[in-house]
Amino acid sequence: MAKLNGNWNYYQWADCGKGFGIHSFLLIVALTCLFPLFWMVRSSLMSMDTIFADTALIPARLHFANYVQAWVDGHFGIYFINSVIYTASVVSGIVFIASLAAYAFSRLRFPGRNFFFYVFVLAMMIPLPGSFVPLYVMMNKLGLVNTRFGYILCMINLGLSMSILLLKTFFDKMLPDLEDAARLDGCGRLGIWWYVALPLARPAIAVIVIFNALNVWNEYILAQLLLNDPSLMPLQRGIMLFQGVYSVNYPVLMAGLTISVIPILLVYLLMQKHIVKGLSSGAIVG
Amino acid sequence: MKAKIGAFPYSSGMEALRCYAFIIPAVVIFGIFYIYPFFEIFNLSLRDWNGIDLHKTYVGFDNFRELFHDRIWGQSLLNAGFITFIALTLQNMLALALALACDRDIRAKNFYRVVFFIPPILSEVVVGFIWRWILNAGSQNGEYYGLLNYALSKLGFQNLAHNWLSNPDSALICIALVHSWKGFGWGFLMLLAGLQTVDKQLYEAARVDGAGSWSAFKNITLPLMMPVIWVVMILTVLGSMQVFVLILSMVGQGLVYHTEVPVTRILSAMTGTNRFGYACAMGVTFGAILVGVSVAFRALAGKMKPA
Repeated sequence: MAKLNGNWNYYQWADCGKGFGIHSFLLIVALTCLFPLFWMVRSSLMSMDTIFADTALIPARLHFANYVQAWVDGHFGIYFINSVIYTASVVSGIVFIASLAAYAFSRLRFPGRNFFFYVFVLAMMIPLPGSFVPLYVMMNKLGLVNTRFGYILCMINLGLSMSILLLKTFFDKMLPDLEDAARLDGCGRLGIWWYVALPLARPAIAVIVIFNALNVWNEYILAQLLLNDPSLMPLQRGIMLFQGVYSVNYPVLMAGLTISVIPILLVYLLMQKHIVKGLSSGAIVG
Repeated sequence: MKAKIGAFPYSSGMEALRCYAFIIPAVVIFGIFYIYPFFEIFNLSLRDWNGIDLHKTYVGFDNFRELFHDRIWGQSLLNAGFITFIALTLQNMLALALALACDRDIRAKNFYRVVFFIPPILSEVVVGFIWRWILNAGSQNGEYYGLLNYALSKLGFQNLAHNWLSNPDSALICIALVHSWKGFGWGFLMLLAGLQTVDKQLYEAARVDGAGSWSAFKNITLPLMMPVIWVVMILTVLGSMQVFVLILSMVGQGLVYHTEVPVTRILSAMTGTNRFGYACAMGVTFGAILVGVSVAFRALAGKMKPA
């Protein structure tokens, strides 16, 4: 961040008093972002007896048993592990497949290269909200409904276009010197992709990993259509199912929500600078 | 073409095949899971099919004709339009105001940036249930126990307390507001990134010329930011029109008519009444509307570009 000395002049209201106003505005909005999360955690620590009556910000007796109940009786343990499996396999699949394709689109020359690339780009631009209907029909025909494999393939497909586009723009900007050196040393295409391109593309891959991980972790609709077996469901689907069964057990529901939020929040806090980067490159692409 | 420098020359068909090997996994997955459904939806939209029978009766444009007279479908479009309108105005205005407030040397800037993007990373299911719990309005002994209603009655507005999510008048507004709450961080980050590319010397120059902050905003910031603003607006429209998981988690299927949006209509035509053809016709129509809207936005954006 460059030092913006002249900046306070431009908004004349940025003098001391106005600065106070700006900060209170920002703080209030920040509070409205954080408070619902706090309220979720707080409610997850109450019991069914007290949740409707006790209005204290922090309840007198913390009821951690809700987490055990959610994890075991609510099957959140299973959902959690499923979500981890889906996220890990989809993200690694996308990184592998998208980086191969993006490398080819950027560096290799073959007939139809641009055609295939534009198909991927165009697909990203055309919204087709009902496409889950024929997708479901096809998955049914292929016998991939209620299988982990089917869900993972569908989710890989969802992330492909964006990831290929991001990686291709990155590879395009990469200097070819290293690749030329590797080729002189006898590296083939695949070797160059693996030993040179992938390691260099680490920043772009970080962006792809975090965005796709968020996307898979939070995905709901395909999980609802494709997975009916509770032992295969990821968290979001599990939460909905749980809510249907224990309709108003709010403390345990909130404990379940907290369980599903913690990993994503941790990943976000650790990788937030990549998110900003990804968003600004997304803005250019969009 | 920059790529030529580092590119492999291909001489034989074998060489080209080796290159294709790189894109084959992506093309195969994309072909099966995106391209095929993409064309199949048009095919199915012309048929009457319950999803099970082997035979899919061809009915021409009957589904579309029926859709045209479907009042709930019309209402669902209006509902989505309302949510989009709130998102375009309230959410984007808030995002712009926050971005402007953050585009300076202020303390804790990074803190704000991190916090404002928390709602967007949460899933719609989670956001829906948290807010459902806050807005919840079950009552015990004549007293509402939802947090919002509790706060209202403590502040002396007992008469405002009511069933926010099961009241047709307020449910859609609540959904739109929660949707905006979830989304503004997106616009904020994109707009802030855009603002930071604006050359600060322009403001300096404007100030020397005696321009006030409003006129600096109107004559420098806005014109330079228009491309980013248009992108944010298009993404807001596409995202808000297609919102539905939030609705499922906030009100479920309770208020059918009042909180129905196009995607929930498609879903219930498919899983509720098993009318797959009709569901596809809805999808095609809705997709065409979205494409139309985003083309219109892009055209507008092009027209308003400073010559």
